Amino acid sequence: MPRCHAGAMAERRSATVELREVTKRYGDTVAVDHLSFTAPAGRITVLIGPSGCGKTTSLRMVNRLIEPTSGQILIDGQNILDEDPTELRRRIGYVIQQVGLFPHRTIGENVATVPKLLAWPEARTRARVDELLSLIGFDAARMRDRYPAQLSGGERQRVGVARAMAAEPPLMLMDEPFGAVDPIVRDRLQNEFLELQRAQGITVIFVTHDIDEAIKLGDRVAIMRAGRLVQFAPPAELLAHPANDFVAQFVGSDRGLKRLALLTVGGAELDPPVDPSRLDGAPVLSPAMTLRDALSEMLVSETQVGMVRDGDRYLGVLTLSHIGRVLRTEDRK
Amino acid sequence: MTPGEPLIRWDWLGSHAGEIGQRVGEHLELTLIAVAVGFAIAFVLSVLALRVPRLYPPITWTTGILYTIPSLALFALLVPYTGLSLLTAEIGLVSYTLLILIRNIVAGVRGVPAEVREAARGMGYTDRQILWRVELPLALAVIFAGIRVATITTIGLVTVTALIGQGGMGYFILLGIQLFFSTPLIVGALGSVMLAVLADGGLVLVQRALTPWTHAR
Repeated sequence: MPRCHAGAMAERRSATVELREVTKRYGDTVAVDHLSFTAPAGRITVLIGPSGCGKTTSLRMVNRLIEPTSGQILIDGQNILDEDPTELRRRIGYVIQQVGLFPHRTIGENVATVPKLLAWPEARTRARVDELLSLIGFDAARMRDRYPAQLSGGERQRVGVARAMAAEPPLMLMDEPFGAVDPIVRDRLQNEFLELQRAQGITVIFVTHDIDEAIKLGDRVAIMRAGRLVQFAPPAELLAHPANDFVAQFVGSDRGLKRLALLTVGGAELDPPVDPSRLDGAPVLSPAMTLRDALSEMLVSETQVGMVRDGDRYLGVLTLSHIGRVLRTEDRK
Repeated sequence: MTPGEPLIRWDWLGSHAGEIGQRVGEHLELTLIAVAVGFAIAFVLSVLALRVPRLYPPITWTTGILYTIPSLALFALLVPYTGLSLLTAEIGLVSYTLLILIRNIVAGVRGVPAEVREAARGMGYTDRQILWRVELPLALAVIFAGIRVATITTIGLVTVTALIGQGGMGYFILLGIQLFFSTPLIVGALGSVMLAVLADGGLVLVQRALTPWTHAR
């Protein structure tokens, strides 16, 4: 039974994960308290909260590195507790902050780990390894035979993600995967990962304590506190309508600005075009730009407005009050 | 020693070349058996200690006691039971390798970074696969350090087994002492030291070949 189930999942490429009343107790302490949510297929669900809120414990219950005390975890409707834990883990990608590449294996061998465990034919494994190495921006021929110690921190993180994706898992669990690299590298890794995730259509459950990362990557964000789920919503909704003071505080008093990062210039109303000579020094904005970046450019210019251009077309003028209006109308939705 | 006698009589060396070669072979054989059997026993005990951590203290305690028994006393103690035999020599030699080997195997495996083990488990390695494919390969450098110390110690100790009729190069040392004749004494002592140095160098080369990742650049 588990075997045919695994086959069906591999073809579908992405899985729906449902937690039902999941509780984990250690003696008298409750680490996770009746947690229920559904991570939709093909999307990134971010678990976030202060340290000790149970986010990592929750994640590790999904691949049974930790066994729940009670409750159910279903992957595509199948209770994972009915499955052999090692079989289950081989179908689920797993990335941790410290990466944990095998120092004694080459990059190619590291990426091939799970395909080897699943006894893929040699040729298929080799093709998949090369495919993934080029997906993460590596020259496969040059990098394949290097050892992890010969790579930079950012490169090792990329290999960690590639290794987790190698056997085409329908689900990936990621525990602060970009937490240990510097901000510039982190930003780049996040962008690359988003692209990769969209292209491969994998369901991801992602743990972080960085609210900006949650907003940037999450299709859904689950805010946890003391083992309980406080709010489960898309990031824009979380910022516009925090469920309570805890969430409001957690997302930060600059949540208005953070929301601007999720909205684009193209979604704002504009004043009709004005002769550019009268807007000397005004920044030129494109519709795809986030309102946050647009605002930043407008504030430092002398005119306080921006000219919106889509290639050669001059669409109009963006003002500060338009930006404010976008936030207020989004609020009412 | 007889006055006027040279420290080394080269003609003796020449006339005993065959015997020296034979004793070198015997020395190496005694060492190889001791380290191989010692490693096999140490490996089993180490895996046991790694699986059941509370067994580790009694294991190191017992092998530690064995290690502190003076070799001469140990051989004397064994002779009534096992005679002047190869077995007596090996029981002693093997028991001296255990402590060092067990300590290094256990320390090597325990020294594997936690995140490597976590990643291995998270990707679906069984406990046995983690031990054989991740922990032991990564512990190789530390394990080899133990094998090197055990080998050098054993090569030195083999000379003592000359007292129970074994001994390799120890035979010449004993001969030199009995005859007040410096040449075989020096041959035995220097020979034993040279064997130790060569064996150690050989093991370093084997280790480098087995752990290519430690010196990749």
